[in-house]
Order: sequence, then structure tokens, then C-alpha cells
Amino acid sequence: MRRTTLQVHESSAKPAGAPKIRLATAWLGGCSGCHMSFLDLDERLIELAEVAELVYSPIADIKEFPENVDVCLVEGAVANVDHVKLAQEIRARSKVVVSFGDCAVTGNVTSLRNRLGVDDLLNQVYQNGPGSVPRGEGDEVVPRLIERVLPLHQVIQVDAFIPGCPPDPERIWAAVSALLRGEPVVLSADMRRFG
Amino acid sequence: MSVVTLTVNDELVSAQAGQSLLAVLKELGLEIPTLCHLEGLSERGGCRLCLVEVEGNNKLLPACVTPVQEGMVVTTHSDRLVKYRRMILELLFAERNHVCAVCVMNGRCELQANAASIGMDHVRYDYLSPDLPMDASHDRFVLDHNRCILCTRCVRVCDEIEGAHVWDVMGRGVNSRIIADLNQPWGTSTSCTNCGKCVQVCPTGALHARGATVAEMEKQHDFLRWILDGREKKQWEHNR
Repeated sequence: MRRTTLQVHESSAKPAGAPKIRLATAWLGGCSGCHMSFLDLDERLIELAEVAELVYSPIADIKEFPENVDVCLVEGAVANVDHVKLAQEIRARSKVVVSFGDCAVTGNVTSLRNRLGVDDLLNQVYQNGPGSVPRGEGDEVVPRLIERVLPLHQVIQVDAFIPGCPPDPERIWAAVSALLRGEPVVLSADMRRFG
Repeated sequence: MSVVTLTVNDELVSAQAGQSLLAVLKELGLEIPTLCHLEGLSERGGCRLCLVEVEGNNKLLPACVTPVQEGMVVTTHSDRLVKYRRMILELLFAERNHVCAVCVMNGRCELQANAASIGMDHVRYDYLSPDLPMDASHDRFVLDHNRCILCTRCVRVCDEIEGAHVWDVMGRGVNSRIIADLNQPWGTSTSCTNCGKCVQVCPTGALHARGATVAEMEKQHDFLRWILDGREKKQWEHNR
């Protein structure tokens, strides 16, 4: 899926000249499964592209998180210093921030390392493990891990939550279509389940 | 048996004296969340999810261990109660490592289901992420302390139904742990009969079959009713 695909369709239903909703998606400490599930919206992506413009996303080649974003879906927990920085940019530049999937909502699998300190973790995985991988703390090429993996709402204010690992496309659509209509996200009980 | 009359959510209701309030609320078809309660076992009043408001008492009362009384005025779903039930669930999730996505009971867990039905879409408290062990020393079953909510269904079913009393609780508060015999690996327990009743009644993934992986575990509570009907009513045949 390329960004151009999302932008191909110009709506005939939408009044000419009405500005499109500026939608962003971001990927912090997660497996990208939530984004895969987002792409599983299938034909609904066309409907989405008629009312929204994708202004930032791991599936689009855009380097800087832009200004004036209306809605941002954030996949993944906050695990390193780059995640903290991006999360703060997202908050500063977005009207509505959504925790997208269990890692963003709870820390989930990404936070399984919290029982170990960062040094213990790196020693067990790299120093004592096969091969040697630079820790990257000096040059900041590899972002430094923060002491504990955090759910997004413990780092920035979050406006809505979409649980699920990953959230299935029906949940994503229920939430996203509500946001596009300017309504609050209210998921039914079967769409709120973690896991 | 004498009958008492009480008021539940502004409606007059009759109940038998001696019944628990929770039993009456369930008969009325009200959806009261529970975790430590399981029909067929003694009540513990430990999880506090079934808290209700009773007029004249400024404390919230757990319905499972509150007997019905004449003239009692009960509220089951006020904003205050929903708020507290959600807090209780959030604290349970924050206390240990309930990572639903990689749990054997994903999709069938009572903790997970209660969170979804009550509207708990995130946890506002800091996760404690404790470093807890798993006991995989038993030939057939595994105890995973990471998923345990200390409901003590396992303790009660082992004591009251199986009569072995393998399980007990050690420690206090956040340091409480389920232990086998005198705090030894489950596989070395000399009192365990390997019956698996504890596994079947466990509401989460804390007790599960050895070899089960993510979302594979299914549990059945029906055996409790069969055993108790046999013992108490001498009724040994059941239509499955």
C-alpha cells in the first residue's frame, strides 16, 4: 500500500473545496501489526481517502511529523528516547491523539521487559548473547532505551483508546469513522477487549 | 423458609431469608460483575466487584457475602459503583503482568471479559510489572503467578470439593502468593491428587494445562454442579 493509493480518489459526494481531514498514523514500540490491520480496512480505505488526507505514516515516506494534524493513530508503546520525542511532537501538533492497539494502550508485549532493568536486558540479550551489538548510547544512532516501557497515556494526554492485539479492522473502522464525523470514540463491549 | 421483601433499584422484590444478595440479584437477571464468586464454592468477598449500595450504610457492601434483609434498599448500578468497579479492575491489571495478547486464556478470561463489559479501555495506574515466577513442576498443569488475581477459587475448590487442600495463600497484600502444600514446587506436592479442579475453576490464565499456548485454554465449571447435585440431592445423572 502506498500513500498515492490513499489519495487517488477525489470524492464526488463531498462538497467541492471542503478541506480534507488531516490524518496521521505513527509507529512507536510495536510490531506494526496494528498498521497491517489498518490496511485490512480494504475497500474502506477508498472511502477514507475521500474524506481524509494521510499526512504522516510509516506507510508513507514523510520524514517530519507535520503541523495541524486533525487525528493521529499511534501504534506501539513508548520504549526509547525517540519514541518520547515523537510522542511529544504528535501531541503538540495533533488535535486528537488515539492510542491504537494494546501496546499503545497497555504496554503489552513491548513492556514484558519491564521486569528487567535496562542494563540487565541489554547484557542478557547482547553482551551475554550471541554476537555483539553496539549499544549506541554514545552516538545516539541507536536510540537509548528508557528505564520502563510506558503506555502512551503515561507520556502524553490521549483522547481515545482502541484496544486489541491487533484491533481488528471493524474496531478500527468504528473508531476512525466516528472521529472523521467529529464524534467521540465509543466502542461496544466486544470491541473493547484487550488481546 | 420465611420470605423477606427488599427494594432493588426502586423495585420491590421478594427473597428467601438467608439468601445472599448476589443470588437474588442474579435471579432478577441483573448483570453484576464477579470474579471470586463461583456457584458451588463458598463465598469469599475478596474481589469486591459485586459491591452494591445499601441505604443507611455509607460503606459499599459486596453482594456475595451480604445476606438479604427485610426492608433493605439496594442500588446496583450507580455512577459511583461503576466508577469503583472500574478502579478495582484497573488495579488488578496494574498489580501483575496480565498481558492478554500472550495469555493462554486470551478470549476466554473472566478478568478480560469483565474489563471489556465494564468499559475499562485503559489503566490509569502505574503497572507494577513484578518479577514473578511460573511453577511448571507439575506433570499436567502450570501455575503462572503473573496472571493470578488471588480470587482463591483454586484454594476453595481443592479444600471444599476435592478435599485435598493443596493450595493456600502465603504473605500479605501485594506480596500474597498462592502456594502448594508448605510452599514447595507443585510437582513435589504429596497432597495433590492431580484432579485438575483448580485449573478448571481459575478465572484467568494463572492455572492452565501444560503445553497450552496463546488463547488455547478452555475451562469448564459444569463439574461443580454435577458433583454437588450428586452429594446434596443424590442426583447422579446429568443431561450434558
